[in-house]
Amino acid sequence: MSAIETAPVGQATVALPTPNAERKPLTEKEIAADHPTWCPGCGDFSVLALYFKLIERRKILHEKITTIAGIGCSSRFPYFVQAHGAHYIHGRALPFASGVSLSRPDLHVFVFGGDGDAFSIGGNHVNHTARKNIKMTYVVMDNFVYGLTKKQTSPTSPIGFKSKTDVWGSMDQPINPMKQLIAAGATFVARATATNPNHLLSMMEAAMDHDGFSVIECLSECIEFYEGAFDAANPRKGGIFNTVSPEHDVTDELAAYKLADTAFPGHFGVFYKVTEPTKNANEAKINAGAREKVQGQADWQILQKSFSRMK
Amino acid sequence: MSDSSTASPAANGTPTRSRISEAVIRIAGNSQDGIQAIGGFLARLAGRSEQEVMTFMTIPSTISGGPSIFQVRIGSGEVLSAGDEADLLIAFYQHSYDEHIRSLKKGGIVLYDSSHVTSNEEWEKDYHHLPVAISALTIESIGGTAKDKGKNIYTLGLVAKMFDLNIVKLTNLITERFTGKDVSIVNTALAAFNAGYSHSLGNVLETFEFIESQQKTGHQVVMNGNEALAYGLIAAGVRFGAGYPITPWSDIMELLRRELPKYGGSFIQCEDEIASVSMAIGAGYAGRVAVTGSSGPGISLKTEAIGWAVMAEVPLIVVNVQRGGPSTGMPTNVEQSDLNIAVFGGHGDSPRVVISPANVEDAFYTAIEAVNIARNYNVPVFILTDQSIATRIEAFEEPDFESICQNIGPDFKDVADHKPYDLSTPSGVVPRVPPGTRILSGKYPIATGLEHDEMGHPTGSPKLHMQMTAKRRKKLQCLGESLPVPEVYGASEGNILLVGWGSTMGPIREAVDKATAAGDSVSSIHIRHIHPLPPGLETIFSGFNHVFVVEMNDEGLYGYGQLANLLRARYCDPKIRGLTKVDGLNWKVREIIDRARSTVSVGILKR
Ligand SMILES: Cc1ncc(C[n+]2csc(CCOP(=O)(O)OP(=O)(O)O)c2C)c(N)n1
Ligand code: SF4
Ligand SMILES: [Mg+2]
Repeated sequence: MSAIETAPVGQATVALPTPNAERKPLTEKEIAADHPTWCPGCGDFSVLALYFKLIERRKILHEKITTIAGIGCSSRFPYFVQAHGAHYIHGRALPFASGVSLSRPDLHVFVFGGDGDAFSIGGNHVNHTARKNIKMTYVVMDNFVYGLTKKQTSPTSPIGFKSKTDVWGSMDQPINPMKQLIAAGATFVARATATNPNHLLSMMEAAMDHDGFSVIECLSECIEFYEGAFDAANPRKGGIFNTVSPEHDVTDELAAYKLADTAFPGHFGVFYKVTEPTKNANEAKINAGAREKVQGQADWQILQKSFSRMK
Repeated sequence: MSDSSTASPAANGTPTRSRISEAVIRIAGNSQDGIQAIGGFLARLAGRSEQEVMTFMTIPSTISGGPSIFQVRIGSGEVLSAGDEADLLIAFYQHSYDEHIRSLKKGGIVLYDSSHVTSNEEWEKDYHHLPVAISALTIESIGGTAKDKGKNIYTLGLVAKMFDLNIVKLTNLITERFTGKDVSIVNTALAAFNAGYSHSLGNVLETFEFIESQQKTGHQVVMNGNEALAYGLIAAGVRFGAGYPITPWSDIMELLRRELPKYGGSFIQCEDEIASVSMAIGAGYAGRVAVTGSSGPGISLKTEAIGWAVMAEVPLIVVNVQRGGPSTGMPTNVEQSDLNIAVFGGHGDSPRVVISPANVEDAFYTAIEAVNIARNYNVPVFILTDQSIATRIEAFEEPDFESICQNIGPDFKDVADHKPYDLSTPSGVVPRVPPGTRILSGKYPIATGLEHDEMGHPTGSPKLHMQMTAKRRKKLQCLGESLPVPEVYGASEGNILLVGWGSTMGPIREAVDKATAAGDSVSSIHIRHIHPLPPGLETIFSGFNHVFVVEMNDEGLYGYGQLANLLRARYCDPKIRGLTKVDGLNWKVREIIDRARSTVSVGILKR
């Protein structure tokens, strides 16, 4: 490694670090970074607060996670978290996060983003990350609108929603995120809302514990451009919060699909959860097999052997 | 064929043997005839005999059916190009004969399958015709399977006889090639080979024998440019990559997919090129130096993400195996028309590094250099190779693996404090601290595409945007200063300087040799570092009256090819002019000489 890389800035000036075993769980103060730039009343605050709670409760250390996002109001998320993070480009957070997940089994990768990021520009990446079952947790903060770009129709906007790009009301069939995720082969699919913190936290915990691609669609109101969108799901606003019945078999794909078909506000909870080999595990298996065949050889010897067949 | 001793055909008609120093053999047939295999065997044999070899191949983009050729040039001295004209043409079909006879030099030999080809009387005067019923004789020799599969190996036998090739080595090569398959397949192949070898060449007046090779190098390896590049990446320590198939890039991703697991790495096939580049950048952010790559349209799709890597200062290798463009263009032809997208592709000011290998061997070492630049400067590096290097086979000296292979695994040692975009370093370079690293100050970095402060947090400050833009630029300026000055091939002063990049190095050098021998004052330089450019070019240019940039791309609206444009913008030197072409074929040596001579006679200002 070059000299540039081996001399971290100012390393010698600090006392010895506490060994990991003795480190206390992080407090909210230690895990909070910039004050969020969201509008007051934005549902995204609640998702962030619960992420902090998750880190606190599960005693996650700063360096054991990465927080990754694309572009959108919700995707500003990584700046507000005091941990390694990346703010990538619009719609492509999933393949970026897959690169992290597949090359770094030691990290837990969390991805946050909006409905446009997930289901419009990034739609195909959702499908393929799901079918590959790449280990990570993805929270789609669905506000049924484009927030950052100021009120255009989103792929989840309901028909009739008046936006700047559909002044007479949106007319394209909205995507049903649950159905799409189940159909694409996601192995953990849950639905939550930012206005029910305890439920959202339990969904985040379950998602984090799932070995595979775990996705939560979290309704998160855009107070600025789609006020009241989710009142029907909020008992405090006269709505109903229907949890998934305990009788629901989460491994039954058709039952999950039926749940997803219920009219708004629908159900909340885990719709679908199955155990399938992850891409991470599949690749590791291929590696283990290949490594066994070259046991005891240094990399340069393996390469030399390949070249000896090209003489 | 360069004769070392003049051999005149014996008067009595008995075959004579000439000693030659090199030969160009073109094999023309259809893509399913296995003619690449003949070329491959000849190339490997040359490699094992310490001879120089270079091949040239065209294949249709459709899987089966279309015409296909393979040209191999074998020599005892230095072989720089695949040769302008062939000494021997092997034609399997009428179309092979009709279309390729003109690639033969006057007096050359055409060996054709008389089961399929009717010769043309007109041409019989200019070329020595040698009919052999290849298809029929192949079927006969391998025992009536009624299929002419194997006629490539039969033909290899004919060639072996004609050029007195080492049949022990060739037999070994054939056996190795089919090892692992059914024994009967090996036996059939050997039967076809022996039948070809023992076929009486009848009225051939001459057979040939290569003179001993001058340069007995160490062991030679034989491979194509895509293989060399992929193995170079492995030697450099790359252990992660992602891609989407497209010709001619696919070979590289297939090889990495197959080989990387042996080294504990992986290569992922993605849903598209945007996902591929994103996955590679993700792995780069996570502490690796990862590779993605493509050709043609796939490169266009990657540009937004590459801009992010520039902004976020994440290392990345982007392999671009150039082919004819724009759009789907000419997928299996060579062109050098992606220099602009490599250097400038993307919105905003986004400086990145572009280097270009000169030949197959150089592809191996360029890959290593690219990886080291990427990780030392935290920047995306384009490896701008092309279809010609990708598909041609060359022999080169086996690398010293032990000293070359590097381990570039990330380091997660705790750090006291970290500013990912520290503005105080003179070179603009800040060491990377990947996720997984504990930062004792408790302040963690964000990798971002938004303009940012030193911690990676968004800013709208005009001052910071100016400082950060300068920081990203400064890194490349620093790199530029450290690059070696290109060496002049030929005299360091004179009338014409030919400037080349990429796969044209061989033909340009051969043009210099030939033109110099003919009394012209011509030299050349080869530019491997396209962006940043190496230092010292203005001094070199000042030694010549004319500077011609030889490229395989269009002359553009203002009369200059893509590198010529860059050099003119950089050096404001009106001597710099373009020699371009877009026929999808490699430069012939003669073409370069003729074009240079005629351009000299035109005034400096072209229009
Ligand atoms: C390639 C590209 N196209 C368009 C944009 C502009 N853009 C930024 S965010 C966004 C949509 C955001 O909507 P959503 O993903 O739902 O996030 P929200 O702001 O609602 O949280 C768009 C269109 C962009 N940044 N990049
Ligand atoms: S515009 Fe909407 S989504 Fe964006 S911060 Fe404001 S309330 Fe939240
Ligand atoms: Mg939205």
